[in-house]
Amino acid sequence: MNWDWQVVDDFMPRFWDGVLVTLQALAIGTLIAFALGLVWAMAQRSTLVWVRWPVIAFTEFIRNTPLLVQLFFLFYVVPNFGPSMSPLTTGIIGLGLHYSTYTAEVYRAGIDGVPAGQWEAATALSLSKGRTWRAVILPQAIRRVVPPLGNYVVAMLKDSPMIATIGAFDMLGEAQAFSNETFTTEAITVVGVAFIVIAYPASLLIRALERRLVR
Amino acid sequence: MSADTPLQKEPESSQNPPVDGSELIRFDKVTKRFGSNVVLDNLDFSVDSGKHVTLIGPSGSGKTTILRLLMTLLKADEGTIKVNGDYLTHEEKNGKLVPAGEKHIREVRKNIGMVFQQFNLFPNMKVLRNLTEAPVTVLGMSKEAAEERARDLLELVGLTEHIDKYPTQLSGGQQQRVAIARALAMRPKVLLLDEVTSALDPELVAGVLDVLRDIARTTDITMLCVTHEMNFARDISDAVLMFDKGRVLESGPPEKIFGDPEHDRTREFLSAVL
Ligand SMILES: Nc1ncnc2c1ncn2[C@@H]1O[C@H](COP(=O)(O)OP(=O)(O)O)[C@@H](O)[C@H]1O
Ligand SMILES: [Mg+2]
Repeated sequence: MNWDWQVVDDFMPRFWDGVLVTLQALAIGTLIAFALGLVWAMAQRSTLVWVRWPVIAFTEFIRNTPLLVQLFFLFYVVPNFGPSMSPLTTGIIGLGLHYSTYTAEVYRAGIDGVPAGQWEAATALSLSKGRTWRAVILPQAIRRVVPPLGNYVVAMLKDSPMIATIGAFDMLGEAQAFSNETFTTEAITVVGVAFIVIAYPASLLIRALERRLVR
Repeated sequence: MSADTPLQKEPESSQNPPVDGSELIRFDKVTKRFGSNVVLDNLDFSVDSGKHVTLIGPSGSGKTTILRLLMTLLKADEGTIKVNGDYLTHEEKNGKLVPAGEKHIREVRKNIGMVFQQFNLFPNMKVLRNLTEAPVTVLGMSKEAAEERARDLLELVGLTEHIDKYPTQLSGGQQQRVAIARALAMRPKVLLLDEVTSALDPELVAGVLDVLRDIARTTDITMLCVTHEMNFARDISDAVLMFDKGRVLESGPPEKIFGDPEHDRTREFLSAVL
């Protein structure tokens, strides 16, 4: 195999464009997945059936259909009746939404793991619903949810190249386009290394956080 | 048979502070079922303000259920419960009794504090914050006032030096004393105690019971207490209610129930636990 550093050098400008897209998708997608997942998890515990039921149906549906289909739907179908968004925005929303249905399960398990006695003590002290969640339940659930949430961040990173299919060129999308145009392969290898360079410190960070939270 | 006894204070227990004797808790024909299991059967009873009432009876006779109904952790199937003159889970609308809204329930419930068998302290909060969280966010006390009260209460339960610890750093007995202080921090009119020493190692029981004796002696709080510690019950109780199968089998002052019970069932139970 011939390795040509000149090819790598030529790829760099587009590589950095791709890295920026990947990191944006990962960062904002993670925020959406973490926040929305919590909303789903809490709504699934609602005493109101008309809140609980649609949310359960929706999250089950999203979790059991491919991310690729959801990206196509958001990009090609939604604009027919709703907003039309840039490929990157669509991709970020798609990733965030898809993974929010997984983080919802993580939160659900974390919340279920808080002993019933904690809810009872909160009731006995007449704490409000909001205060019970914020001061009692969620702080105890968080230490149970950080490790699995971290794993989903890494999973999302690995799924992020899918947004290239709707035209949001992440680093792999850029590499593929570059390689096709120049009949070279170096760019793909560079991106492979870049994934490790992003994912490995991320897992280390998660593990460090885990050690701090789970005593 | 239902006992409808306005548990009168016995004159000989004169070390207790004077009380106004008004009715603080009233169960009126309360029925609670779990499936087909009728746990409380048309139960009537009342507790007067300032009294210390102990519920005894075999396991499964419905004692915990009574306390949990009062704490609104369970809902009665039939009947009404009044606390301090207000219906606990009902409201009067146009002369009719209807299920009460959350706001009404919260207001009435503020009269009630509870200490659980398993302590149920908030493990994510230090001892101080366990005691101030509800007074600040529920009663609207200032942080300073709540902390001052917390310090007083920790002194009362003998844990001043543990104020900055997390619950898991304390022994079971210490945790339970914090839980007692936490309940008192809300200034409830009645304190519910459900076998608060059963989860403790034997050598830690006395410390908790001493704290409760102290509270019974020095405050005018009403106590409704489920316990298997018969000496403790004899010491602090104005009245003892013997439960069997979801009904009050008999009730009376401790000297009567422990010394000369009317029913064989009571005698059998007492000889088994004493
Ligand atoms: N959550 C529940 N679901 C079903 N049955 C219950 C529940 N809680 C209590 N019971 C039943 O109610 C009866 C009374 O229980 P409890 O009030 O705990 O009795 P005690 O405190 O006197 O031992 C028991 O038969 C128990 O099995
Ligand atoms: Mg019990």
